[in-house]
Amino acid sequence: MTTASSPFPALPPLPAAVRGFIARLPIRPPSALLAAALNRILLPQLPADAAAELAGHAVDIEVRDLGVRCRLILRDGRFHSAPDQGPVTLRIAADTASYLRLLRGEDDADRLFFERALVMEGDTEYGLMLKNTLDAIGPLLRWPILRS
Amino acid sequence: MPASSQATATPPPLRKPQLVCPAGSLRALTLAIDAGADAVYMGLKDATNARNFAGLNFDLAQARDGIAYAHARGRHALMALNTFADARDPARWYRAVDAAAELGVDALICADTAVLAYARDHQPQLRLHLSVQASATTWEAIEFYRERYGIRRAVLPRVLTLPQVDQVCRHSGAEIEVFGFGSLCVMVEGRCALSSYATGQSPNTAGVCSPPSAVRWEDSAAGVQARLNGVLIDSYAPDEPRGYPTLCKGRFDIDGSRDYALEEPTSLNTLSVLPQLMEMGISAIKIEGRQRSPAYVEQVTRVWRAAIDSCAAQPARFGVQPQWVAALGRWAEGQQHTLGAYNRPWR
Repeated sequence: MTTASSPFPALPPLPAAVRGFIARLPIRPPSALLAAALNRILLPQLPADAAAELAGHAVDIEVRDLGVRCRLILRDGRFHSAPDQGPVTLRIAADTASYLRLLRGEDDADRLFFERALVMEGDTEYGLMLKNTLDAIGPLLRWPILRS
Repeated sequence: MPASSQATATPPPLRKPQLVCPAGSLRALTLAIDAGADAVYMGLKDATNARNFAGLNFDLAQARDGIAYAHARGRHALMALNTFADARDPARWYRAVDAAAELGVDALICADTAVLAYARDHQPQLRLHLSVQASATTWEAIEFYRERYGIRRAVLPRVLTLPQVDQVCRHSGAEIEVFGFGSLCVMVEGRCALSSYATGQSPNTAGVCSPPSAVRWEDSAAGVQARLNGVLIDSYAPDEPRGYPTLCKGRFDIDGSRDYALEEPTSLNTLSVLPQLMEMGISAIKIEGRQRSPAYVEQVTRVWRAAIDSCAAQPARFGVQPQWVAALGRWAEGQQHTLGAYNRPWR
């Protein structure tokens, strides 16, 4: 049996103090920004049956190396920021580089999950539905260019 | 011919096996075809196939588009109907056979004798492949399926050594397909009911090893615990790599030692024995992974396309390229790969 090395591109992490400061900021502004971006980029490509399955559940999305956290919900046919308090169906955490590689269709969520570069906690079936739906849609971003 | 000429003569090119690649979505299908797959295999969005996960697989419109994409490029589209029909409602499986025929698939991949018999009787023009889930490990078993149901190809379970694969190839009247790359299961294909003990569902009945609704990942300061319907199947340190949350790949306390009881998370990789497999005359090499992303499908297909072409052109000079190993290692489960049962040095 052999073990392969895995080059993994990563952006330089922010200093811990800066991440800590960002993490204490309200999550509503970044959540609203992300919701607006998803309404523009993802929503037009989201199949109606998938949208129906994914709607009504709050999802936490954490960018670990930046200390940024967002909470979103798909409701009434639009993405919205979700209240900071209350239950979430799924929590997703990864570094910027991993998110970008996934959004550009260059990586595999399972592989990142094996490596713990991607953490998904909560309702596994919902997470799988989300992952497979995004995989089927294809790359949501074409930039920036990163090379491993 | 002088002996010296014989020694330096270039051996004839080997017949290329079909490269059969997984398609869990229309996007994966198109990327597989574009990356050089000779055939793709897919399933419908229900329990008639062994990768019945939410958001995965094809509705009829997507299947029609995917098959058209493959056919327009001279490739084949295969339909996996490889679970065992539910005795309470076998009609769903029969309807899927009819739907596949109507869609114009190039072959059905089946395991259940009732499904095979229905296809033989009602869609006799459909080419039938015997799924790995049928667990036919001898040429005599394959001959039974060929004579009784008219199967044209059999996918071998991943339990045979290379000499055993050779034995099957020599005697079988059906084409032989082997797995080339992908996650390994515990290798009692078609007979595994392990997850039924924890969840009441198994791959052969519901099309899932570990039903996602039963899987929970619980994070704590000590690490992450993976549970299947409440049953603890593994516990990972914070930075420890994880595997798929299946019982067969869990770590358990046995006689005071905590280790993999049945199988480690690892991927099969047969690149190093490709020349031997091709010399045996295998007809197709299958890549596992309909549940994986289109990026995995594209990259793994690309490597295997290059390897098969290289081996067919110059079998005597074939060597596994380091970049192929690196690329496949990157996508492997647990980032490890093995020859699995093909290589049993202790025998």
